[in-house]
Amino acid sequence: MNPVLSVRGLNKRFGAVVAADALTIDIPAGQKVSLIGANGAGKTTFVNMVTGYLQPDSGSIVLDGNDIAKRSPRSVARLGISRSFQIPQLFIELTAAENLTVAISGVKTQALSFQSRSEAQGRHDKALDLLGRFGLADLADRPISELAGGVRKLIDIAMALVRRPKLLLLDEPTSGVSAEEKFATMDRVIHAVAPDAATIVFVEHDMEIVSRYAERVVAFYQGRILADGEPGDVLKDQEVRRYVTGGAR
Amino acid sequence: MRKDLHPLVMIGLVAGVTLFGRVLPTWTLSLATIAASNALIALGIVVLARTGNVSFGQGLFFAAGGYGVALIANAWGLTDAVAQVIIGAVCGGLLGLVIGPLIARYSGIFFGMLTLALSMVFYGALVKSTALGGSDGFNVGRPSLFGMTFTDPREADFMLYAVSIIVTGFAGIAATILFRSEFGLTSLAVRENNLRVEYLGISANRVVTINFVIAAIFAGASGAFALMAQRHIDPQFAYWTTSGEFVFVAVLAGNQSVAAVFVASMALELVRSFSNLYLPNTWQLVLGIFLLGVILFLPRGIGSLWIRRRHSRKGSPTTEPVVAAKGSAQ
Repeated sequence: MNPVLSVRGLNKRFGAVVAADALTIDIPAGQKVSLIGANGAGKTTFVNMVTGYLQPDSGSIVLDGNDIAKRSPRSVARLGISRSFQIPQLFIELTAAENLTVAISGVKTQALSFQSRSEAQGRHDKALDLLGRFGLADLADRPISELAGGVRKLIDIAMALVRRPKLLLLDEPTSGVSAEEKFATMDRVIHAVAPDAATIVFVEHDMEIVSRYAERVVAFYQGRILADGEPGDVLKDQEVRRYVTGGAR
Repeated sequence: MRKDLHPLVMIGLVAGVTLFGRVLPTWTLSLATIAASNALIALGIVVLARTGNVSFGQGLFFAAGGYGVALIANAWGLTDAVAQVIIGAVCGGLLGLVIGPLIARYSGIFFGMLTLALSMVFYGALVKSTALGGSDGFNVGRPSLFGMTFTDPREADFMLYAVSIIVTGFAGIAATILFRSEFGLTSLAVRENNLRVEYLGISANRVVTINFVIAAIFAGASGAFALMAQRHIDPQFAYWTTSGEFVFVAVLAGNQSVAAVFVASMALELVRSFSNLYLPNTWQLVLGIFLLGVILFLPRGIGSLWIRRRHSRKGSPTTEPVVAAKGSAQ
């Protein structure tokens, strides 16, 4: 199967710190991949390079045949990679529906033109539909500033979905969620994103979430890939247990 | 859903205010014309401020509109008020199109200082330009309207008042529609988090540029009104204190209501005129106290007076954070 994302020899340094050391990884379409690693292992740097926020010092990032290594976040988003953030990046003075509407209005190139009433209504309906998938339709008219962190996280993910991305990157989708609710939250996320994003890469620290939802795990350590494979194998790997999970599981 | 005035009601209001000029004392007509002209340029500043950027140099486009109209009027004898407003708007807009894409890359204080610097460069060029009258500037003829000339001063004042109210009113309606549109929402989104906007595939620079050009068009048209009211133009149009006055109006108004811009502009002109009349030596003090009072008691501008009231009438929603719905998160 052709990979939707192909990364080859990706390097990135911040002064003396090596954040990415010859990273090479292929992600086939339809796979759910989890990136794990301790703080500073290079997961977020990898996500930032793939989404165009950081440019690699060398190496290539190919999305469906297009080299995106030197492209801007806007260009990468238009080509089909969307992301959510560890700390939700929302427009807090706007309502939940308005946040989604802004995201939806950016989908087409004529996004900045003025729309007819029916087009605007269609976009509002789509916003409500997306919120509904996450069980948030009744909060559509509430300003983000009045919503709790967990709800904001779901809206952040919903916004990443509006482009029906080829690759969806989720940065710690369950961080800040209580232990009792993390599976329910993740179930809701996986269920909600399924119609729009077949390929998902998520950064996660919770190994229970990783082993339950990931089909493949990539473990990072000091900018390198320490292990890459099925969850059962990677999480049992001695080096992963030593440097990443600290003996967990 | 918000319940806002329908554009047709707004058109009715503009017509009503225009006709109201018939019964206003003559001295108020020119005052209202200047207030409307200032409101127009301040409205542009508010449009731009919704992207999080404040221009301290709108005098640049104000002067460009004024000088463009004055030069064409003197060269070709074009005196029609409506044509002059259009020319002023085009001159301001064209200059905005040139500068906008370059300046949209900057934000915050850098954006503000760049606009200020550009207006002062233009001011310096105007002062040194003998062909444009140097620091003294030059005069233009009395404006006409659709071939009619107005020799009666009251009729001339009313004509200018009517044109300024109608043009500014329609600009206000256009701005209201803009604010309610998806583009208006996107402008607010750029103000809050332009990187997130980029991650959504939208060009934040393009959003800022479009708002910048709109502000420049309004400023150019405003320059045309100022020229018609004074029948004289000089480099002071581009000076930083002139730009500062427009920012004052925008600050007084706040960015929540288009109507507030007109109210703020009129209030500022009234306070300035009356304090100048009754306290000729200390009028700046009165003006300063007025500004301090508004900033102290209405920090979100005059518009917050009725926006806040409207929200409380509707029953403002609880400010308690909503806990994750249906047992999801946190």
